[in-house]
Amino acid sequence: MTDKKISTIDLVNKNLKKRYRAEKRFQAYGILSICFGLMCLVFLFTDIISKGTRGFFYHYLPIEIHLDAEILGITDTNDINQILAADYSTLVKKRVYEIFEAKKRKEKKNARKLIAIDATGYRIQALLKTNAAALLGTTITVNALVDDKVDFYLKRLGEKGDPGTEYFNEAQLLLIGQLLEREEGGITKSLNKTFFTSGDSAQSEEAGILSAFMGSLYLLLVTFCLSFPIGIATAVYLEEYAPKNKWTDLIEININNLAAVPSIIFGLLGLAVFLAFFGFPRSTPLVGGFVLTLMTLPTIIISSRAAIKAVPPSIREAAYGIGASKMQVTIHHVIPLAMPGMLTGTIIGLAQALGESAPLLMIGMAAFIPDIPTSVTDPSTVLPMQIFQWFRNADAGFSEKASAAILVLIIFLVMMNALAVWARSRLERRW
Amino acid sequence: MNVQEAIVENNTITDVNDIKETVGIPLVENAKMSMRDVDVFYGEKQAIFGVNLDIGVNEVIAMIGPSGCGKSTFLRCLNRMNDTIEICKVNGQLHLEGQNIYDPKLDVVPLRARVGMVFQKPNPFPKSIYDNVAYGPRIHGLAARRADMDEIVETSLRKAGLWEEVKDRLHQPGTGLSGGQQQRLCIARTIAVSPEVILMDEPCSALDPIATAKIEELIDELSENFTIAIVTHSMQQAARVSHRTAYFHLGKLVEVNETEKVFTNPDHSLTEAYITGRFG
Repeated sequence: MTDKKISTIDLVNKNLKKRYRAEKRFQAYGILSICFGLMCLVFLFTDIISKGTRGFFYHYLPIEIHLDAEILGITDTNDINQILAADYSTLVKKRVYEIFEAKKRKEKKNARKLIAIDATGYRIQALLKTNAAALLGTTITVNALVDDKVDFYLKRLGEKGDPGTEYFNEAQLLLIGQLLEREEGGITKSLNKTFFTSGDSAQSEEAGILSAFMGSLYLLLVTFCLSFPIGIATAVYLEEYAPKNKWTDLIEININNLAAVPSIIFGLLGLAVFLAFFGFPRSTPLVGGFVLTLMTLPTIIISSRAAIKAVPPSIREAAYGIGASKMQVTIHHVIPLAMPGMLTGTIIGLAQALGESAPLLMIGMAAFIPDIPTSVTDPSTVLPMQIFQWFRNADAGFSEKASAAILVLIIFLVMMNALAVWARSRLERRW
Repeated sequence: MNVQEAIVENNTITDVNDIKETVGIPLVENAKMSMRDVDVFYGEKQAIFGVNLDIGVNEVIAMIGPSGCGKSTFLRCLNRMNDTIEICKVNGQLHLEGQNIYDPKLDVVPLRARVGMVFQKPNPFPKSIYDNVAYGPRIHGLAARRADMDEIVETSLRKAGLWEEVKDRLHQPGTGLSGGQQQRLCIARTIAVSPEVILMDEPCSALDPIATAKIEELIDELSENFTIAIVTHSMQQAARVSHRTAYFHLGKLVEVNETEKVFTNPDHSLTEAYITGRFG
């Protein structure tokens, strides 16, 4: 009988092993999920960075070019219209033919295919615009842009299957080879400044991110300036002042539901209300900001209310106890203590707004915008829209630009988050 | 053992429904605050039943009683802190020097400047020690110049017996102090607006015995200048610091008497049962 009787501690020990196993398994699930997440992240980032950084660089061919006033057709260096209308293409073409020693029609055609004639022309134009009188008639060195297909090919030299060779014929490939073998004055790869300083363009070598970047910046500015104060005022009123009745319940339910409405609906609303009814200018960050404000408000309100609720009641009591009025309690104590939480909600909302494209499509922010917007009422596009448009473009140079634009978008986002973290730590240091 | 059992076991203890009148001396002459027929409701539930009580000038009155007897609720009526609870409703006449506290036209801001409060848990603002004390004078506009404010802060901290400990770190966070120091900081914050009455809601319940002793000493000193009403769970504390003691039971004020009498020879059998530890 005695050996059949199992003591409690033995039973516990027996079960203990099982418990430990379960514990280990439980932990393993967590670690596995984290590993999976990290793997995805690493994969995503290596892919984006490896492809995206290519878009930041471009191949140039430094050429010496004589700025012949006769070919350009400029008679008066003070006349800006003459400088704008001058025939730069002919000038560049002539010089390119000389460099490649192209005399026959076919040779000329091959040579033209290697250099971005128009884009190089713009560069010379830009130089002349600043100082025509001094430069005209002199010989200058210009970094001529290679054609976007050449750039594509050069960036992938040595890769499996020689991507890009299909764009060229034998003679052209030979010319590229010659360029590469040159000791001096050959093709160089350097940072593509145009990408950061210009707007969209039909030519991929001329296309830049700045107009979309500024568009996104203005859009976020409008969104922040509207949604932050409105969201916080709403949250404070609902939490601190509003009586608890059916109406406030209804408002609360509606706010929570709004947070789950598909964003394109907000775009439709913007189209119907802001554009059709109020007649605000189409494609502008102002209207985009209005629409995204509607979209981010629920996020900000919900998180701000949670932050206000989390303020310990003892602090309120303390303030009331020495005779602070309701407004003083709210402004001196509740809002400062809830501010980090409110900021977190705002940043989440703004990050969402930054990546949003569907509602902006509805109000015409998907337009082709070569000019850099200088105010919130200038037509503009935004980074996600720009990326989408570039990816859609069949031209080889554009998909690379799109990858680079994604990197810009991510950097933008990281910077925004860093700003929020900094602001939070500042506020928390003040207790 | 709950109250009902205690009542059953000891036939000497009166049924709570039989408490009609408060025994002892609930009313005094020259009362600082006087309360008559005070009923308090939380929604449907009545928490306080017809309490009559006076608090004399510069008196320390202790309120004792088992948990849930309504002593804190009653205390919080005295500066209308119950206003923050929506479902709470107060009936009866509560006067501070002849002025009706619950007059709808009365502004609670000056009332709370006259009747300050110290809470159960030390609750300094997440600000510096200086700003904690200066907050009250600042919102009431008591100091015109910086020097005046410095003086108010120093005297308040001195009165609260905290000055020597914190004078070198006035601009460090008040939350960094120890529990006892925090509570004394809260007292300094309350007396910085020079109230006439200080309400203390179990001010020592979160403190160790040494910190408690310091606060009790402080209450003794403060009673020279302030009228103090203190709710406490510790009968020893009530015995040590108060002049009169009020015993609450299930929302009714059972007995008010000189503290010594309450703890040596109470008039009411319920009071006796409580102080001798038969329930509560």
